[in-house]
Amino acid sequence: MDLYTIAFYLFAVITLVSASIVVFSKNIIYSAFALLFAFFGVAGLYVLLMADFIAVTQLMIYVGGILVLVLFGVMLTTRVINVDMRTGTIQTLPAVLIVAALAGTLVGVFWTTDWRIMPAFPGFEKTAPRIGELLLTSYLLPFEIASVVLLVALVGAAMIARREKKAS
Amino acid sequence: MEAFQNLGFWGTLLVTIVLSALPLVFVLLYALVTIYLEMKVAAHVQDRVAYMRTGWHGVLQPIADFIKLIQKEDIISVAANKKLFILAPYIVFMGTYGAYAAIPFSSIFIGANIDLGAFFIIGISSLVVVGILMAGWASNNKWSIFGAVRSAAQMISYEIPTALAVLIAVMITGSLNLQEVTKFQAGGIQNWLIFGGPLPLLQKILITPFTLITFLILFVASLAEVNRTPFDLPEAESELVQGFFTEYSGMRWALFYVAEYANMFLVAGVAVALFLGGWESPFGSFLSGPIWGLFWFIIKGMVLVFLQIWLRWTLPRLRVDQLMYTSWKVLTPFLFVCIIAIGLILVL
Repeated sequence: MDLYTIAFYLFAVITLVSASIVVFSKNIIYSAFALLFAFFGVAGLYVLLMADFIAVTQLMIYVGGILVLVLFGVMLTTRVINVDMRTGTIQTLPAVLIVAALAGTLVGVFWTTDWRIMPAFPGFEKTAPRIGELLLTSYLLPFEIASVVLLVALVGAAMIARREKKAS
Repeated sequence: MEAFQNLGFWGTLLVTIVLSALPLVFVLLYALVTIYLEMKVAAHVQDRVAYMRTGWHGVLQPIADFIKLIQKEDIISVAANKKLFILAPYIVFMGTYGAYAAIPFSSIFIGANIDLGAFFIIGISSLVVVGILMAGWASNNKWSIFGAVRSAAQMISYEIPTALAVLIAVMITGSLNLQEVTKFQAGGIQNWLIFGGPLPLLQKILITPFTLITFLILFVASLAEVNRTPFDLPEAESELVQGFFTEYSGMRWALFYVAEYANMFLVAGVAVALFLGGWESPFGSFLSGPIWGLFWFIIKGMVLVFLQIWLRWTLPRLRVDQLMYTSWKVLTPFLFVCIIAIGLILVL
């Protein structure tokens, strides 16, 4: 066992344990905060895969953006308006069907993919310059489409926020 | 880290632990000095003298405060959510201290010389926001929750001007690695990025006004990132008691406090590495070297920390709407103009 293997299992355990808290906890605030450790563990796994840019992006987008948004939602409803938010089990049959389909797809992808296993690099390769170069050459169209979608989302959010202000 | 290869399992582990604890030693010593500095500067701004009895001009006061804090009772209110209440200070400190990994203290000492240094610092700092929200929510106190919500809103808003200002420095130097950004500014004070960096003369003259504005905006935004006056709404004493850490006491409170001071030096360190030449000597090759590098880095950082303290005791606090106005309608558009202008000048 070298440090790399220990780090891998450490991050894997962090991810799996906190992800199961997210799913199984009855208290929604615990779910929301456990999400932090799940995202953190996944970021650690990305680092071990030498994908440092993806790892930091994961922290920035998911922890700094999405998680804070989720927490805002949960906090404002439970503590300020005093709604007791609990998670329960409803709609069992459709849930089972959808989860089974999703799990089947994932397992199918997992088995049919031709995983390319490469020996680890001796050191970190610089990933950011190559990602930048590829995004502005080979993958320019998807990149631009994503940015337009984000812009539309921003304009839409501003529209919704503004309309509410006028009504009140 | 090349010097530490082939040490075997325990050797690597030991070296890793020692190296990752070094900035902690610095942070704790720095916190003691800065707490004293803050009180003294505050007193002199307000025409008082502050501590005078513990040691010469009260220099032992921070140590006395520290001893007082460790023997305080650990109070957790009954209605608080105990698990999250205990966890929150650690998360806040983790986010702050994690960022120290990418701070280039000297040409030979940087925790992790990763290629994405500046980006990593912005990313890992988001843990602080989550920790503050956790503290506010777990305290089960209206002041705490309002402080936490204000703080989170403020920090994620001001992340945008901060990130844009960092982007400008990255555009000019062509690297996200803070060590390389520092090396780019070698050769004395005129080559610092705040004065346009070592570019050809015409470009340098054109670019300097924009880099100067960028540095000022970065400094203002970093004040808001660390919740200092004039942006200290999260812990506005006159409205919210102590904001998100109202319910904390003893060492848990001290952990928040140290994290806040560590954060002050962190943003100062980033600004120094990006715009003020990092550990490079202001006189070119005179007084430069690894040890002098550490000296210059800390001195430059402390000058910015002193500026933060000076501003805190001089300016009044902004209102919430003014705070958001400043971020979205003043700083961000100015930075967009700077980005476009600097981009055009760089392709000249």
